[in-house]
Amino acid sequence: MDQILIVAVLVSLGYFFGRRAEKKHFISLIEREKVMNQLPAMASRMPPQDNRYEQKLVSGNVVIANDYFKTFVAGLRNLFGGKISTYETLLDRGRREAVLRMKDQAQQFGAELVFNVKYETSSISGQDSRKMPIIEVHAYGTALKKL
Amino acid sequence: MLISNLEFMTGRKVTKHLGLVQGSSVRAKHAGRDIMSGIKNMFGGELTAYTELLQESREEATERMIEQARSVGANAVLNVRFSTSSITAGAAEIYVYGTAVILDESET
Repeated sequence: MDQILIVAVLVSLGYFFGRRAEKKHFISLIEREKVMNQLPAMASRMPPQDNRYEQKLVSGNVVIANDYFKTFVAGLRNLFGGKISTYETLLDRGRREAVLRMKDQAQQFGAELVFNVKYETSSISGQDSRKMPIIEVHAYGTALKKL
Repeated sequence: MLISNLEFMTGRKVTKHLGLVQGSSVRAKHAGRDIMSGIKNMFGGELTAYTELLQESREEATERMIEQARSVGANAVLNVRFSTSSITAGAAEIYVYGTAVILDESET
């Protein structure tokens, strides 16, 4: 009985705090992305040949964890299969945050383009399925500054 | 030392390829941080301690790669790639590799 109570408390705490944090994060992501849109990041490998550029490797990383509620819901979902949307938002947040941090670095360098952007996602929490998922997203690319 | 994940440097020629250079680093956090992260884990969100840890780890791996490139006489490392693998929960290996080259100083 006690155990059920503990799980229930954790799930509801995760629900309230996790939800609030996620909402706040998405609002800030959208705001910062609007500002950072003037600095395009591309997956293309060929930089424009018309100018000479100074290059620098820029990167951004973020480690982000799922809350208890989402992990609980995903665990239930696992029984029936199908789309686990609680994980999708987690990865989406991670990727967008990592790119924004990379662009921050590029902006400090004075770049106007970021080329050859690569993403790398890894699970930090290991393969243990009882553990909470923690993921790391690392985005890196080459910032180009006109000479 | 120029580090880039493009395959060439705009406006400069590669005069010599010196082969692959690499650096790696394995790190784990100290327990205090781990416990704090565990508590934070309940509510989700960013785990700043881990973010910093991996950032430092990546810098160290890059530093080692640069050291190796310097020892073979390169002045740039091109086409740099990162890779991460988790060894156990709480420890990760960061691996970074690229091609060491000599770029000519003159502008084309």
